[in-house]
Amino acid sequence: MSIARPLIIFLGLLLIWHLIVIASGVPPYILPAPHLVFQALAERGDILFSHAWITLLEIVFGLALGTLLGSLSALTLSYYQPARRWLMPILVVSQAIPVFALAPILVLWLGYGMVSKVAMATLIIYFPVTAAFFDGLRRTEPGHLDLAKTMNATRWSVLRHIRIPAALPAFASGLRVATAVAPIGAIVGEWVGSSEGLGFLMLHANGRMQIDVMFAALFILAVIAVALYYAVDAGLKRLLFWSSETTTTEL
Amino acid sequence: MTNDLTANNSPISLSLQAERLAFDDFTLFEGVELELPAGAWTCLLGPSGVGKTTLLRLIAGLIPGAENISLHCSDNNPIEGRTAYMAQQDLLMPWLSVLENILLGAKLRGEAPDKAKALDLLDQVGLTANAESLPSSLSGGMRQRAALARTLMEDRPLVLMDEPFSSLDAISRVRMQDLAANLLTGRTVLLVTHDPLEALRLGDRIHVLSGRPVHIDDAFMPHGQRPRDLHDPDVLNGQADLLERLSAADQKGAA
Repeated sequence: MSIARPLIIFLGLLLIWHLIVIASGVPPYILPAPHLVFQALAERGDILFSHAWITLLEIVFGLALGTLLGSLSALTLSYYQPARRWLMPILVVSQAIPVFALAPILVLWLGYGMVSKVAMATLIIYFPVTAAFFDGLRRTEPGHLDLAKTMNATRWSVLRHIRIPAALPAFASGLRVATAVAPIGAIVGEWVGSSEGLGFLMLHANGRMQIDVMFAALFILAVIAVALYYAVDAGLKRLLFWSSETTTTEL
Repeated sequence: MTNDLTANNSPISLSLQAERLAFDDFTLFEGVELELPAGAWTCLLGPSGVGKTTLLRLIAGLIPGAENISLHCSDNNPIEGRTAYMAQQDLLMPWLSVLENILLGAKLRGEAPDKAKALDLLDQVGLTANAESLPSSLSGGMRQRAALARTLMEDRPLVLMDEPFSSLDAISRVRMQDLAANLLTGRTVLLVTHDPLEALRLGDRIHVLSGRPVHIDDAFMPHGQRPRDLHDPDVLNGQADLLERLSAADQKGAA
C-alpha cells in the first residue's frame, strides 16, 4: 500500500505533463513529452548512467566529508570555550559568502575533476551540520548534567555518554537538510567546469539541442536525490529509535 | 520489604555552615547552619523560591564558585563523591534502557558495571519486567522508581532528594514514599519538599525555611518510625501545625 501513493502521484504528474505538451503544442526542443524523455533514457542509458555514477560519487563523498568536518567542528566548538569565541564569527562570515560564487575559484584551484565538486558539496553541507549539531550539544538537559556531576563523571565521559547522544536528534535534522542540498553543490560544480557528471551532460546536451537528454539527466538526478534522502532518513530513524517523533500527528 | 544493600559503611552526619551566599542582586544565605544527623531524614519545607533547592544543591556540589561554605562530615572525610542526587524529574536518559540507566554512574566513571546488583535493585523497586524497556514506555511512577533504583545503585552514604515525588499522582506518591523509606534505611537523607504531609510521613527532623536572607526554624520532630501511617494522629495534627508555620513563613517572605 505504501508504494501505491507515490506511484499514483508520479503517474499523475506525468499525465499532467503530457496534457500540457498536447494542449499547448509546445515544440519538443522546448518541452519534450514524457515518452520522448523515457525514449532518451532507454537509448542513451549507458552514457546517462555513467555520468550519473560520477555525480552520485561526488554527492556521497561530499556528504561524508561535510558531515565529518561539520561534526568535528561542532564538537570542537562545544568542548573548547576559546574555540567558540574565535571560530563562531568566522563560521558565520563564511556563510555570508554564497558558496556558488566560490565554484569558479574551487574549479581553478582543484581542477576540472571530481575533487572540486566534492569540495563544493562539502562546503554546502558543512554549515547546516555544524550549526544543528552544535546547537544540540549546547542544549543538553541541565538536570542530566547535574546528575552526571554527582556521579563524578569526567567532562569527556559526559560528552560521550550524555551530550552527544542527547544532541543526535538535532544532528539528524542538520544531516537531513544537508542531504537535500548536497546534489546542488555537485551539480553547480559540474556546471562551472567539468568533463563528466550529470551537470556536464545537461550543459552538453543543451548546447546540442538534445532537450530530451537534458530532461532524462534531470530525471535521474531527481531519483538520486530522493533515494539518498530516504536512505539517510531511514538510517537516522534507526539510530534514533528512542526519540519520539511527532511527524505523524497533526500540527 | 527489607533492604540488604545499605550503605557499606556506617551512616555519617553532615553539618553545613554557610557564612554568606549572595547572587547578583540579593543575599540568599547569611550565617545559615544546618545539621543532617547520621541515618536520619531531614526535611526542608518552605515557600517556593525561598532557597531550599539551593541549599540542597550546595551540599551536592552543584553550585559552582560557592565560597565561605563549610561542609563537614562526621568521619572527617571530604563530602565529594559521597552524595547521591535525586530530582523532581526522573532524569533517565531516554536513549538508554531502564537497566542501562541504573548502571549509568559506573559507565560515566568508566567502571565495570555490576549488573547483578542493578537487577537486584530493579527487583526491589518492582521493575524487573521493565529492565530492557525504554524510559518513554514507563509511567511517571515507574520512572521515578527507576530513578530511585539508580540513586541506590550509587550506594552513597548521603542521599539528596529535591522534591522527588512531587510530580506523581497521590497514590503513586504514597507508594514511592513507603518504598523510599524502606530502601534508604541506614542512609542520611536530605529531602526538599513542599508537601507538609510528605515531610511528616518521612522526616525525623523538619525545618521550615523563610525570609531573605533565609532563616531556618528549629527542627520539628515527629514521633514514631518512618514511613508514618496516614491515619497517625500525630501526622494529622502535625500537618495543621506545619501549615501554620508555612503560612507564617510565606507572609514573612512577602513582607
